[in-house]
Amino acid sequence: MENITQGLQGVPLNHYIWLSAIIFTIGVIGVLTRRNAIVIFMSVELMLNAVNLLLTAFSVHNNDPSGQVFVFFIMALAAAEVAVGLSIIVMVYRNTQSIDINVLNRLKW
Amino acid sequence: MGTSVFYFVAALSVIFSLMVIFSKNPVHSVLYLIVTFFTLTVHYILLNAQFLAVVNFIVYMGAIMVLFLFVLMLLNLNKENEPLKSNLVKVVGVIAGCCLVVTIIGSLKATAISDPVLLKNPNLGLVKNLGKELFGPYMLPFELSSVLLLTAMVGAVLLTKKEKV
Repeated sequence: MENITQGLQGVPLNHYIWLSAIIFTIGVIGVLTRRNAIVIFMSVELMLNAVNLLLTAFSVHNNDPSGQVFVFFIMALAAAEVAVGLSIIVMVYRNTQSIDINVLNRLKW
Repeated sequence: MGTSVFYFVAALSVIFSLMVIFSKNPVHSVLYLIVTFFTLTVHYILLNAQFLAVVNFIVYMGAIMVLFLFVLMLLNLNKENEPLKSNLVKVVGVIAGCCLVVTIIGSLKATAISDPVLLKNPNLGLVKNLGKELFGPYMLPFELSSVLLLTAMVGAVLLTKKEKV
């Protein structure tokens, strides 16, 4: 395992940042363009995972295990967020028979 | 070989995450999201973060995605109540996202850090090392996250209860 991963090292740190930025942006575009509440949730998950990947890359780059511990905390947080968020979506669907977020625009006033 | 594996997997993750947000059917979106998370697991393995790779595999691809699929099947979405999106919002959203990525990459150019990511300590991402870190300096946040999970569980059960409490 070590020999395999040692041979695959050496990617510039900038490329990890680019990859994370692109995946994060795809998540932002998903939040902005979709109207299905569940797909918006999935885009938020994409953004969280982009940040996780970047934290891991920085952790390996700086030889500091704290970054990977924080990734673990973010995963626990994401699990909690998904449970509460999906239950809110189920409740919204039960009340309005739709998961279109434009139905929720009466939260504006 | 060498670093080309990273670029191949990176291209796969970008393609599949694009397909997550542009596929019409939400079930297909969930399936593409599972593939995206699998490519991220491969990234963790390439960085030798084995603990995170296993946790990502089990928690994200196992638990969270099953939750998504379960809710999606539970809601029984038909084609007619699938919301339609206007083209203007789509174009504006894509333009705003492109502005964001150009800003991030442009600001990265100004800093000019481009050292290769090399694994100095091969035991960095293993369970032994991370466990010492987790139960040493990060003891309090670790215990607090268990309280958070309990709160989320109680909240989810309370929110989805049908009758008034």
